[in-house]
Amino acid sequence: MTQSSDKSRTIIEKIWDNHVVAQQPGAPALLFIDLHLTHEVTSPQAFEGLRQRGLKVRRPDLTIATADHSTPTTPRSLPILDKVAAAQVAQLETNCREFGIRCFGLNSDQQGIVHVIGPEQGLTQPGMTVVCGDSHTATHGAFGALAFGIGTSQVEHVLASQCLLQNQSKTYQVLVEGSLKPGVTAKDIILSLIARIGIGGGTGCVFEYCGPAIRALSMEERMTVCNMSIEAGARAGLIAPDDTTYQYMAGRHYVPKGAAWDAAVARWRSLPTDEGACYDKSITIDASALQPMITFGTNPGMGIPITACVPDPAGVSDPLERDSLAKALRYMDLAPGKPLLGHPVNVVFIGSCTNSRISDLRNAARLLKGRKVHPGVRVMVVPGSHQVKEQAQAEGLDKIFRDAGAEWREAGCSMCIAMNGDQLQPGEYSVSTSNRNFEGRQGKGGRTFLASPLTAAAAAITGTVSDVRELLP
Amino acid sequence: MTKFTAFESRMVPMPIDNIDTDQIIPARFLKTISKDGLGDQLFYDWRYDAAGQPKPDFILNTSAAKSAKILLAGDNFGCGSSREHAPWALTQYGFRAVISTSFADIFRQNSLKNSLLPIVVPRDVHAELFANPDATVKVDLATQTLTLPGGRAVEFPVDSFAKHCLLEGIDELGFILQQTPAIAAFEAAHPAPINTRA
Repeated sequence: MTQSSDKSRTIIEKIWDNHVVAQQPGAPALLFIDLHLTHEVTSPQAFEGLRQRGLKVRRPDLTIATADHSTPTTPRSLPILDKVAAAQVAQLETNCREFGIRCFGLNSDQQGIVHVIGPEQGLTQPGMTVVCGDSHTATHGAFGALAFGIGTSQVEHVLASQCLLQNQSKTYQVLVEGSLKPGVTAKDIILSLIARIGIGGGTGCVFEYCGPAIRALSMEERMTVCNMSIEAGARAGLIAPDDTTYQYMAGRHYVPKGAAWDAAVARWRSLPTDEGACYDKSITIDASALQPMITFGTNPGMGIPITACVPDPAGVSDPLERDSLAKALRYMDLAPGKPLLGHPVNVVFIGSCTNSRISDLRNAARLLKGRKVHPGVRVMVVPGSHQVKEQAQAEGLDKIFRDAGAEWREAGCSMCIAMNGDQLQPGEYSVSTSNRNFEGRQGKGGRTFLASPLTAAAAAITGTVSDVRELLP
Repeated sequence: MTKFTAFESRMVPMPIDNIDTDQIIPARFLKTISKDGLGDQLFYDWRYDAAGQPKPDFILNTSAAKSAKILLAGDNFGCGSSREHAPWALTQYGFRAVISTSFADIFRQNSLKNSLLPIVVPRDVHAELFANPDATVKVDLATQTLTLPGGRAVEFPVDSFAKHCLLEGIDELGFILQQTPAIAAFEAAHPAPINTRA
């Protein structure tokens, strides 16, 4: 890692330095973890490992669990019909009981996608180290936390020790200048970054997003940006905390109250990157020049502005890269050199840890209000948490969605990962607000176009890939 | 963990960049609460047709692939999710190493914890290997060398601590727990900002 001059440090280095427990010669640093989020899919084998070794959970007070991935989004009064999924959810609850961990289970008012409920409950706080057996843990970086995904072995390490062996990542500044035009959103910032640097462009790095266009984003928009850091290969992505952060956090369940709050805010104000601090890498994006983005291929780096044409493999010089692009277009059944605009769509999915928060639902509802879903298009709206669902219902958003002809469902990951029965049929096309368009990600043989909630809502109305700017009032 | 020893093997070539974890093992197989039985689900959607029958043209279904212990893949192998089911499926199928020009961070970390060696080679070596897909290569972690079909040995990088753990069969958690006094001291000096049980 580049050493910044005169002890000027980035926020990434400050958080790292604050959490190094020990540094044995010849070994990675032992890093303390402030918040460990767990869910049903990547934790059972870790709890089983603890049992086999006769270990306890060292810090249940820093651990929280919820069920979100394999859970149905049908009414909670109905049982989980998939017996394997039901057993996994039951196992999570058994493990949490046995090891003394608070679990926001399916019938809890705090249940939801793990990366939605952490911030919602005030668990995610600036300066923290946050981990979860889930690659989208970078979401929590929106609060100025160093948050990253880990595998199940590491879930076991954190459960047992509250620590991880880690090597320091490189620092990568993503400077976003200018301001977004109408119809262009946080999702379009991150999709354009990934399209520019590629899905391996951030490998070995932690992003710090900064600049005026980032400062202008709400907390929920910042979460959308940080969420997809992993889709550029980055270990994590974060945004220094500011007044927007503190206003969002104030009063939430797990944040400090009274004098402790004031002291915490004072501490958090020292986190932002020092003037003169150096990054290992850096890139500048002009937000003013961005259009709504959409992906055409089978990874999140295969993205284009909504008015652009699908690229032609013939124009790619590297043979493996050319073959991979051709393979993606075959899977997507798309012709090179043609625009995506006007391409028919079967399903619109509005949800996922990327775009299922109240402002995302408000954006989609704004477009759908007084309009109808195009005949033949299935539109699923899946709130990120039970609390988001309640809030949306209090605002009447559920009625707007239902009146338009969309499905209003219970909270969970749903068709982002298609583990719960919410899935595309082979050959179907979706416009999806989620984060991955890998082959089969939304159901075997399904084809995904990733986009913002606004672009997704536009497709719901027209039944085709559409430019939302033509539908905005 | 068993000690990682040197071995020779044929390669299974998959000349595709950015092979993601959803291809390595599709998400619908992650509902298991066990680590076992995942080898049959490796590359499931590329390997089997809609009726669950092996696709004869997919490399893992060819007789040449059966005994191979090395997967030769395109750039940025293992991108996507944090699922450790990916290295579990690869090792249960019989792979001991994957060769590529780069690996996704979480996949690389997960692999090293499961005695699956991610070997990064330069682009020219990568191209040479793909040009000789039926060849046998030798992997020696102790010397960090990959011996190519022509007998040329190329060095590959590996984190020194991970190498030590693999060669000695050391489990990382044991190493972490030896540092419990330091963890306790850290906790005493740093009051937790939250209490999830409150």
